[in-house]
Amino acid sequence: MTKEEAENGRDDMAIDGAEQANAIPDGFNANYLRIYYGKLFPHADMFKWMSYGNDGKHPACDKSYFGRREFSFTLENDIYIRFQSFNSVIELENSIKEKCPFKIDIGPVYSVDPAKRHAYAGDNVFTPVERELVFDIDITDYDDVRYCCTGADVCLECWPLMTIAIKVIDAALRDDFGFNHILWVYSGRRGVHCWVCDGKARRLTNEQRAAIADYFRVYKGNENSHKKISLPGPVLHPFLARSYTEVLKGFFEAKLLPNQSLLSSEDRYEKILEMIPDASVASELRGRWQENKRASMSKDDINLVRWDQLKSVLQSGKQKTQGIRRCVEEIVFSFTYPRLDMEVSKHMNHLLKAPFCVHPKTGRVCVPIDPNNCDEFDPTTVPTLSQLVEELNREGLRQDTENEWDRTSLGDSIKFFRTTFLQPLLKSCKEDIESSYNTKLQQSKNTLSW
Amino acid sequence: MEVVQSHRKSSSNNVTVSTLPLYRSAPPLEVRLEDFELFAMDRLRVLKGISDGLGRGKKPEEMEKLVADLWKANMRHPQANEEANKDIISHFVLRLVYCRTEELRKWFLSMETTLFRYRFRFESSEAQRALMSEFKLPYKAVSNAEFESVKDKLGQVARSMGQTLASDAIFYKVPFEEVPELVAGRRVFICKGHAYVAMNQVVSLVVTQFRSYLSKALILTNRKWTSTVREQEKDRLAPIVEALCTSYLGPDYSQPNEAGEISVKDIDHIAKTSFPLCMRHLFEKVREDHHLKHGGRMQLGLFLKGVGLKLDDALAFWKAEFAPKVSAERFDKEYAYNIRHNYGREGKRTDYTPYSCQKIISSTPGVGDHHGCPYRHFSEENLRAALVRMGVSSRAVEDVMDKVRNRHYQLACTLTFEAVHGSSCDAGINHPNQYFIDSQRILQPKNGSVA
Repeated sequence: MTKEEAENGRDDMAIDGAEQANAIPDGFNANYLRIYYGKLFPHADMFKWMSYGNDGKHPACDKSYFGRREFSFTLENDIYIRFQSFNSVIELENSIKEKCPFKIDIGPVYSVDPAKRHAYAGDNVFTPVERELVFDIDITDYDDVRYCCTGADVCLECWPLMTIAIKVIDAALRDDFGFNHILWVYSGRRGVHCWVCDGKARRLTNEQRAAIADYFRVYKGNENSHKKISLPGPVLHPFLARSYTEVLKGFFEAKLLPNQSLLSSEDRYEKILEMIPDASVASELRGRWQENKRASMSKDDINLVRWDQLKSVLQSGKQKTQGIRRCVEEIVFSFTYPRLDMEVSKHMNHLLKAPFCVHPKTGRVCVPIDPNNCDEFDPTTVPTLSQLVEELNREGLRQDTENEWDRTSLGDSIKFFRTTFLQPLLKSCKEDIESSYNTKLQQSKNTLSW
Repeated sequence: MEVVQSHRKSSSNNVTVSTLPLYRSAPPLEVRLEDFELFAMDRLRVLKGISDGLGRGKKPEEMEKLVADLWKANMRHPQANEEANKDIISHFVLRLVYCRTEELRKWFLSMETTLFRYRFRFESSEAQRALMSEFKLPYKAVSNAEFESVKDKLGQVARSMGQTLASDAIFYKVPFEEVPELVAGRRVFICKGHAYVAMNQVVSLVVTQFRSYLSKALILTNRKWTSTVREQEKDRLAPIVEALCTSYLGPDYSQPNEAGEISVKDIDHIAKTSFPLCMRHLFEKVREDHHLKHGGRMQLGLFLKGVGLKLDDALAFWKAEFAPKVSAERFDKEYAYNIRHNYGREGKRTDYTPYSCQKIISSTPGVGDHHGCPYRHFSEENLRAALVRMGVSSRAVEDVMDKVRNRHYQLACTLTFEAVHGSSCDAGINHPNQYFIDSQRILQPKNGSVA
C-alpha cells in the first residue's frame, strides 16, 4: 500500500490500522539515516573492497593497508571532518553508526596512517600512494544542450546523456586501457561516478591520470571562446571514431534530436547553425528553414527532416574544405560526447563520495549502475531512504538481523555489487598478492645463489 | 704497430657513441672552485633561455633552434671531453641549487627535461636506439604479424595527425602509462593497456624515463644536502649554491611591499587602470555574476594578495561581491576557508604565490570558468571586444591579434600594456603582478601610494 492510498483511505480496507502507521513521511533526516546505517549500509562489503585482499591471512598481506585510507565525513550541521581512518571493519562500522554522517567521502591510501600525519614532517613523507582512478559526470555540465531541465533537475528525457557517457567511457576503459574492475555508481541526484579499481589504476601517478583525462577530453573553452569542440585531422582517432559510430550518432539521431527538438524552432537551430564554419552554407540552410516554418508535407518529425538536409549539404561532394565535412560529427559530439570533470580524475588526493551513501537533497541511495544494461537504469525509481525505512518496517519484527537489505529494494543493488564487482575484484587481488609474493621470493632466492 | 680498437669515448671522434649523458651518477672528477660556479651559471643561462622560450609559447621547431643556439653560445668547448665534463658538472651543481624546495625542483625538472628532449632529437637514430637500451626500456618492436593485425588502426591514428603510415614503419609496444604525453594527445593507438608507439615518438618514451629518474634523484639530493652536505660546506659551496638560486629566479611577488598596500575601495579604480586583461576580466565577471568558480577565485585572489590586499580586506571583498548570491553564513562556511588557505592561515600553511603568466597560460578553463589567459583562451571576437573596451587603438589591436595568432600570448599582453600606457615595456610581461607594478610605476611615479 502506498502512502497515497493510505491517506485517501481505501473503502475495502481489510488491513488493520497498523498498516497506516507504517506509512513513513518522505524525507531525509538523521533518524532514518541511523536506521539505514544500522541495518542496510553494507559496512563489511565496503571494508572488503577497500582492503583489496589485504585483510586475508597470506603472509604478503599488508595489515596496515586499510588503516592508511582516508575517509571524510560530513556531519549533520555541515561539519566536515577529514583524515578519518580505521584499522578494522568494526572501527569503520562503529564510527559510521555513531557519527551518522550525511555524506561519506573516500580519499586515497596514504603512505602512513592519516591520523598520524602530523608526526611526519618534510616533503613526500605523508603522501598518497594508491587511489582508484575516478570519474565524475554531472548533468549540469550539459545545461547548454538540454532544454527539458536545468540545474539539479533530471528527467527521463535528458538522463540518457549520462547513459551514453557511461557507454563511451566504459568501452574505452576496458578496450583501450585494459582495465577490468570498474564500478559505475549513481551519484544520487544528477550524475554518475566511476571507480576503476585495478591495481594498475590505483597506482597511477597524477601525471598519468591527467593523461587519461586528456585522452577523453574533446571540449575546450567556455563562454569566452566560442568553438567548444574541435576535431582536427582528416580522420578521427579510432577511439573517437568508434564512440561516434557505435554510440553517439545513433543516440543523437534517434533520441536527442527529436526529444529535445533541436531543429524545430529558430533559436534552437541557430545554435547549431552557429557551429558551421562556412557562413554561406549556414545561410543556405537558414533560408530553407525559415521558409518552411509550417509543418512540412511529410509526416516525419521536422527535426529529423532538417537534420537530413543539413547532413546532405555538409557532406556533399561539393564541399571542399574538410572543416565542413567534419562539421556533422562536431555537432553530434558537442551535444552528446561525455563531459568529464577533469580535476576530479587528475589528483590522487581528490575525495569522492562513497557508493551506497544517501543523497541529502533527494534521499536517493547511490546505487551501482550496470554498464551493460545502463539503458534500463531509471534515476526516478532509485530507492529512497524513506522508502527503504518503510520497507523495513513493513517486513515487521524478524528475529534474524542478517542481510536485512535483502528484504528491501536495496537487495538487488547489493547483490549486483557483490557478484559483478566485488567478488571478481577480490579474486584478482588475491592472485596478485600471491604472485608478487612468489616473484619476490624467487628473486631473493636468485640473489642468494652463487 | 698494433691498432687497438677502443670503445671508450675518444676526444677526437665520437661518431658511433652518443654524446648525450644521462647524469646517472656524479662524476669522480676534480673541479676547480671557480669552474664550479662558472659552469653552473652557463648552464643556468641555457635553462633560463628555455624557460623564456616556453613562456612565449614557441613551437617545437622554434624551440629546437633555440636550444641549439643556447647550447652553442654557452656550453661549447673546443675539446669534446672538456665539453662533456662541463655538461655533467654543471648539471650536478645545479641539482644542488635546485633540489631545495618543491617549486625549485619542479622548475629544474621541467627545464632539464625539455633540454634533454631537444638534444635527444638531434641525435642520429642509432644513437637514439643506444640511449633507449641504456634506459633499459624492455619494449620490443612490434612483430610483422601483429603489425598486420593493427595496421588499419595505426593508419587511422597517423592520418588523424595529418601523417601517413609507412608500410615498413617500426612500432614499439609499451604499457600506456609509460607514454602519458602521447596518450593525452591521442597520438597513439591504445589497445588493452598497450600503446603502439612509432619510432619517431620514441623521444617521448625516453624523456619520460629521464624525467622520472631525475625527479627521484632530486629528492635524494635534497635529503643529502639537508642532512650532511650543507653543514659540511657552509663556508665553501653553500654560499655559492644559495647565491646561484636567487640570482636567477625572478621575483615571485609573494611578499607585496608595504608601500603598495591597497584597500577594498581602491580596487575598482586600479582594476580599470592597472590590471592586466586576465584579471580585469575576472574582476568584471565577479562584479557581474556575483560569483566565480574555483579556478577564477584562485587566479584573481592570489593576484590581489600580490597587489597588497590584506586577508581581512580580501574576506570583506569576496563576501560583499558574493552577497547577492551567497548568504554571509554560507560564505563563511564554504568560501572563507579557502581564502584563508591562500594566505597561509590554514592547512599546510603554505603561503601561496600568485600565478605567473606561464602557469595561467597553461591552465584549462572549462565550462563556466573565466580564468586562464584571454590571449590564449578567448575567441578572436571576444578578445578584440575586450581590448577595445580597455582603450586599445584599432591599429594596436591588429598588432596584438597578430601576436596571438602566432601564439605569443605574453608578447600580446606586452603590446596591450604599451598601448594602454603609451610607453614601452622592454622587459616584456611574464607575471600579472609585474604588469600591475609597472603600470603603477608609470601612473604614479613620485609618491609611493596607489594611483
